[in-house]
Parts: sequence; C-alpha cells; structure tokens
Amino acid sequence: MVNTMSSPTVLARPATHTDAETPVRKAEAKDLSFYYGAFQALKNIDMAVHEKKVTALIGPSGCGKSTFLRCFNRMHDLYPGNRYEGEIRFYPDDTNLLGRDVDPIEVRMRISMVFQKPNPFPKSIFENVAYGLRVRGLRSRRALEEKVEQALRGAGLWDEAKDRLQDLAFNLSGGQQQRLCIARALATDPEMLLFDEPTSALDPIATGIIEELIHNLKNKVTILIVTHNMQQAARVSDYTAYMYLGELVEFGVTDEIFIKPTKKETEDYITGRFG
Amino acid sequence: MENLAAIRSMIERHKRWDAAFAVFGLLCLMIGVLTFVTLFTEMAVNGASRLDWDFFTHYPSRRASQAGILSAWVGSTLVMLVTAVVAVPLGVASAVYLEEYAPKNWMTDIIEINITNLAGVPSIVYGLLALGLFVYQFGLGQSILSAGLTLALLILPVVIVATREAMRAIPRHIREGAYALGATQWQTVKDHLLPYSSPGILTGVIIGMARAIGETAPIITIGALTFIAFLPPSPVSLDPPYLSFEWLMSPFTVMPIQMFNWTSRPEAAFQSNAAAAGFVLVFMTLAMNGLAIWLRYRLRKNIKW
Repeated sequence: MVNTMSSPTVLARPATHTDAETPVRKAEAKDLSFYYGAFQALKNIDMAVHEKKVTALIGPSGCGKSTFLRCFNRMHDLYPGNRYEGEIRFYPDDTNLLGRDVDPIEVRMRISMVFQKPNPFPKSIFENVAYGLRVRGLRSRRALEEKVEQALRGAGLWDEAKDRLQDLAFNLSGGQQQRLCIARALATDPEMLLFDEPTSALDPIATGIIEELIHNLKNKVTILIVTHNMQQAARVSDYTAYMYLGELVEFGVTDEIFIKPTKKETEDYITGRFG
Repeated sequence: MENLAAIRSMIERHKRWDAAFAVFGLLCLMIGVLTFVTLFTEMAVNGASRLDWDFFTHYPSRRASQAGILSAWVGSTLVMLVTAVVAVPLGVASAVYLEEYAPKNWMTDIIEINITNLAGVPSIVYGLLALGLFVYQFGLGQSILSAGLTLALLILPVVIVATREAMRAIPRHIREGAYALGATQWQTVKDHLLPYSSPGILTGVIIGMARAIGETAPIITIGALTFIAFLPPSPVSLDPPYLSFEWLMSPFTVMPIQMFNWTSRPEAAFQSNAAAAGFVLVFMTLAMNGLAIWLRYRLRKNIKW
C-alpha cells in the first residue's frame, strides 16, 4: 500500500488517530439525489470530500459512481431530462455547486475532469494543454507557453513532449494521451480534479505511471476518482466510498475500509464475494 | 471422413453463390459506369472540333463555328459564387443551431423532417417560388442575384444535412472534453465542432454546388436569357470605389441553358457546340467533386479520435 505517509482521519473517529491532522472539507454532498428522467440514479447521498486528499468511489457497474462524479462539474446539465436534488457544498466559499443560480461554466472553471477514455482534441499537444487557458481569455504567447510547460511537467509528460509540442496529440501513445488530458485539466489550476476511471483504457505500465501521478498530485489539488479496480483504490486513495445501486453504502479512511469494513456488503464486494 | 467430404461439397455448393453474385454485381456496376463513359466520350468526340481557346472566349453567335460559351461560363461562375456565399453561412448556422442550441421537442422534430423533405422538392418548384419572391416581390429581376439566391435555396437542405451529420460524427467525449474545461456552447462550436466537421461540411457544400451548376429548370423559370452577347459589369475597376456590385443585377445565362439553346437548333453544327459545352459542364462538375475528395482527404488527415 502506497499511502502510509500520514494516517488521515474521519471526523467520526478522532480517538484512534489523535496525532493526525484534521482533514479540511473541500466539498460535501448533502442529501444528493439524481434522476435520469424518471430513473433515480443516486439516492440521498451524504459524503464529504477532503481537501488535498484522494477520495475513491468504488462499486459494481451501474452503481452510480460515475453519475455521482459527474454531478461535481455539472456534466449532466449538457443533456436534457436530467435532474438534481439536494446540494453539493463547495468550500471555502460554501457555494452550492448544484444551485440554480450557479453557472455550470463557473463550476467547470473551478473543477476539472479527466475522462475514462483519453480524449485529446484533434489539435497539437500545445493547443490541447492551452485550450482551458484560451477559454479563460489568456492570449499572451509567453504566459501560455509558461503555463503549458508547467502543466506538462505536473503531468509528467514534459520530457516526452517538449520537442514535439506542435505534433498532433493523437500521435502520442494511449498512456501519454491520458497524461496530456491530465495536463490539460491541470493547466487552469483547478481546486478539484475529477477522474472517471482514468486507467481503464490503459495497459498496466501506463496505469502505474498515472497512479503515481495521482499520488503526487494530491499535494496540490483535491482529487475524486472513480475506479472499478479495487487495488487501485487501495493504492491511490486516502478515503474510499463504496456505492451500490445509487446509494452510498460505506465511506471511510481507505485503510479501514479495506481492512475492517463495518458493513457486510462492503466486505463482500472488496473480498470478491459480491453477488 | 465421409462427413468431411459432405462438408466440403456443401461449402463448394455455397461458394457458387459467391461467384454468381460477384458476376451479377459486376454487371450491374458496368451498366452504370459504361453508360456514363459512353455519354462522356460521345460528347468529347462530337465536341472535340469545337473545344479550343476561341470557344471559351467568344459570345454566342448565329454562326455555329463562331459561337462560344464566354457569357455562359462567366454566368455560371458568378451564379455559383452567389449561391455559395448565401448557402454556406445560412446552412451551417441553421445546422449548428438545430444540432447544438435548439431544444429537443416536437417543434424541432417537425423542422427536421421538413428540411429532409425540402431536399426532395423538384427544382422547378424552387424556380416558381423564386419567380414570385425574388424576381417580382423583391424586385431583383432576372438577375444573377435572383439565380444565385434560388440555387442557394435549392442546396440549403443539402448543406444543412451534411453539416449536421458531420457534427454528429464528432464523438460525445470530445464535446464533453471542451465543456469540462469551462467552454461555453459558442466556444465549443467555434473551436471544436466547426473545425472538426469542416471536411464533412465542405463535401456537402461542393456536392450541393455540383448539383446546382447543372440545374436548368429553376433558372429558366426565373427568366434567364438564352442569348447574351455581353458580360456583366466587372466587380473590380481601376477607379474609386474600385469594387462594384452592379454585376449582381445583370442579366445572364448559364452553361446548361446555353447547351439547351444549342440542342434545340436544327443545324447540325450547333449540335457539336452543345456537345462541347456539355463536355465542359461535366468537366466542371467532376472537377468540383475531385476538389471535394481532395479537400476531405487533406482535412481529415489531422482529425482522429
């Protein structure tokens, strides 16, 4: 297990980790429900996401983990017939991300996302990373170059890409493309980064590189990651949430969830006895 | 072993149908291809004697040997220019609105069905509409502008459908990638959807134009002349204001009308002229299609998902 550097704590059980820092809430779902038309995909979820920690969402296919993730950047607003109920509070300003008066574009400017399949734009490597900055009105060539380099370094792609910034992004390998997408998401200095099964289309080596990257990134940014791979959740995350049929079954410190889950369903799932 | 022999003979029997269909399909294909090649060759042979520089630089004439297609090809080119300038922005903007902005409800469904149906409306009907609307109501007369607008209406559905299809071919995760970075709808359209669908849009536009250049019925309906011995006023001049749009209001003729005019003459010599003009017209169409293929190839090279 990678994450032994500091033992994080849930507020519920401070007694067992008295020496640990108190986690700061970055976001918190409050009684969150979500509907695709008449179908209720999320049921009254209450969950906190801690600042500069990695929180993993696990659960079987169709349990709603991706749906939950996509609430955080209001991706569901792109399609008709979707409906949210409840709130996601975002701190420190205590904004309700799902509020009617909150523009989804503002939300997406603060919270970036990396998708399941690497989805670079059919443009150059440079333009891919620069796009979020251009959207924000950054025009100065020098500032763009600086930010792009910084983002590519942050995504561990600089050494491989620095001599071919004007090459088309799809000339990169799958793993490099995914790191390019991470750089693209990082370039705008988001407060929170969403990962939707970021390694499911990658080979084990590329997966390892991305996992290490995620582990390093949490010093800078709050991370919420959906994964279908439990070992991955155990390796990269500080907190884990187990979801089933649209409900949050159990949430806690990753080590505790994997070693001694409190719920029988969670235990069955992580030990592979599920179903 | 007996079983294996049975299987082999069965495969043998089934494969005969493969051979039979291959022959049948080839025959069907040849009917189309050979007909076109024959027609094209015949036109080329009949018109060969007339295909020289003078043919392109002379006005029509009472004497077949002196008649040329100058006013016709200039007319066709200018009408096509108006058609493109009008149809492309109108068609692309409509398609973008329908695809990205319009709410999905029964209204947009009806509009969608209508657009598809418009593509099937006979061109003469557009001619009648244009005669009433552009020529008389708007007072544009029997001008290049009227003809260009008419043909623009005619190819508008083609442009809209091609644009929508090209935009729909862009995968969802590319759009989501743009939106996830905080792009607005317009930023997504202008930075991603339009550039990535440009090969498809161009192909649609050129295919529409290739159809429009050969249209005769609507142009005759709005009253294009069959005998034009002058060119429209030049769009550029040496004196201020240098640019002039007078040519838009000029009477004109186009290639298919010139051809039609010559075919209806009794003298055999004019048939050669018609064949030569037909050859030029088909060549123009093929050249446009060739351009479409080349552009699509060039632009698609850089677009993959």
